[in-house]
Amino acid sequence: MSPVVLRLDQRSGVPTYLQLVQQVEQALRLGYLKHGDQLPRVKDLVADLAINPNTVLKAYRELERRGLAAGRPGVGTFVAGTVAPIAAPERSALRRSLDRWLRSAEQAGLDDVGILALVDDALHERGSAAPPNGRRGVA
Amino acid sequence: MTALIGRNAAGKTTLLHLAVGLTAASSGRVEVLGRPPAAVLPEVGFVAQDAPLYTGLRVAEIVRLTGRLNRRWDAAAAYRRLREREIPLDRRVGRLSGGQQAQLALALALAKRPRLLVLDEPLARLDPLARHDFLGMLMSAVAEEGMSVIFSSHVVAEIERVCDDLVVLSAGHVQVAGAVDDLLAEHQLLSGPTGEAVEVADRLQVVARYAAPAQTRLLVRRRGREVAPPRGWQAQPVGLEELVLTYLRAPAAAALPGPHRLGAGASAASR
Repeated sequence: MSPVVLRLDQRSGVPTYLQLVQQVEQALRLGYLKHGDQLPRVKDLVADLAINPNTVLKAYRELERRGLAAGRPGVGTFVAGTVAPIAAPERSALRRSLDRWLRSAEQAGLDDVGILALVDDALHERGSAAPPNGRRGVA
Repeated sequence: MTALIGRNAAGKTTLLHLAVGLTAASSGRVEVLGRPPAAVLPEVGFVAQDAPLYTGLRVAEIVRLTGRLNRRWDAAAAYRRLREREIPLDRRVGRLSGGQQAQLALALALAKRPRLLVLDEPLARLDPLARHDFLGMLMSAVAEEGMSVIFSSHVVAEIERVCDDLVVLSAGHVQVAGAVDDLLAEHQLLSGPTGEAVEVADRLQVVARYAAPAQTRLLVRRRGREVAPPRGWQAQPVGLEELVLTYLRAPAAAALPGPHRLGAGASAASR
């Protein structure tokens, strides 16, 4: 049985196959999935989510292209690569500095929407200079 | 997996009835799996609109009856699917919920092990949960056996996640036909100043135009590789629901992507 549960948000505007890809990537990053774990079987996933089998195959092919999964014919698709996980000490240090930043943002009068807009803007600007998404952080 | 979309009386049921041999064509020719409809009936599964069933029979009785009426018949698969959905075999069909009746009709059609499954408005009368369960049963059968499916619908919401191909029928004619991914990639919504709209629209293939005094939105079909919107205009992707509704609203806008030859046979399984 697969260690993770995949779901869909019909309103997100993100193509279905890409939602599956992103969720697997995120599960890797958060440590829910490890090298060698089996991804949900196509048959089970299409029954649960009521989606086209070709969509699942497309998602799994994309994961293979990114070096994160490998298909074993007749058996299933398995996690192959790893996304660099965040080490626990770094994670809590980052979290503490984020909390400090959030407090100063609140003092400056920003609400949640304003904070998200600012973060989004910063990521966006950085994104145009950084290498394109995909292989980044992949070991 | 092909969806046949159209308003009421667009000709969806007529086309499907021609495909399963329930109606004879007054002109033209129909081919199913490469042969005339009557020659391939054992290989075609069909669920008519509202999934008509003998409501007085018990579930197990209707499974046995349908088995006697069909040469190709996989009773074990029918019982397995009914068990998975917890549909009681000893209950009278008329006492099942609408969703369970639809699943029973689908399980019967699938037990024929069809190469082509034809479903006429299978979702129309189902509530959202029943629609999900019905499509879940259908999609897992497609994943297991790789048959081709064509289903008609005026419910657009589910199409994007279940269909490979889309055909929009309008007043008896094919208005749009193509792979869902291609259709989405080919269309986009442009927004810009109304003062420039006429000039911009002249250079593009416009499916629909929404003009206000200051701003105009154009739903355009891209030609070839041209991607960049005109200077000062914003381009946005279009969702399938919006795309379909736009074409349905403008029956004259037959900016026809296709029709191309749709994938036949076991393409779903082999791809």
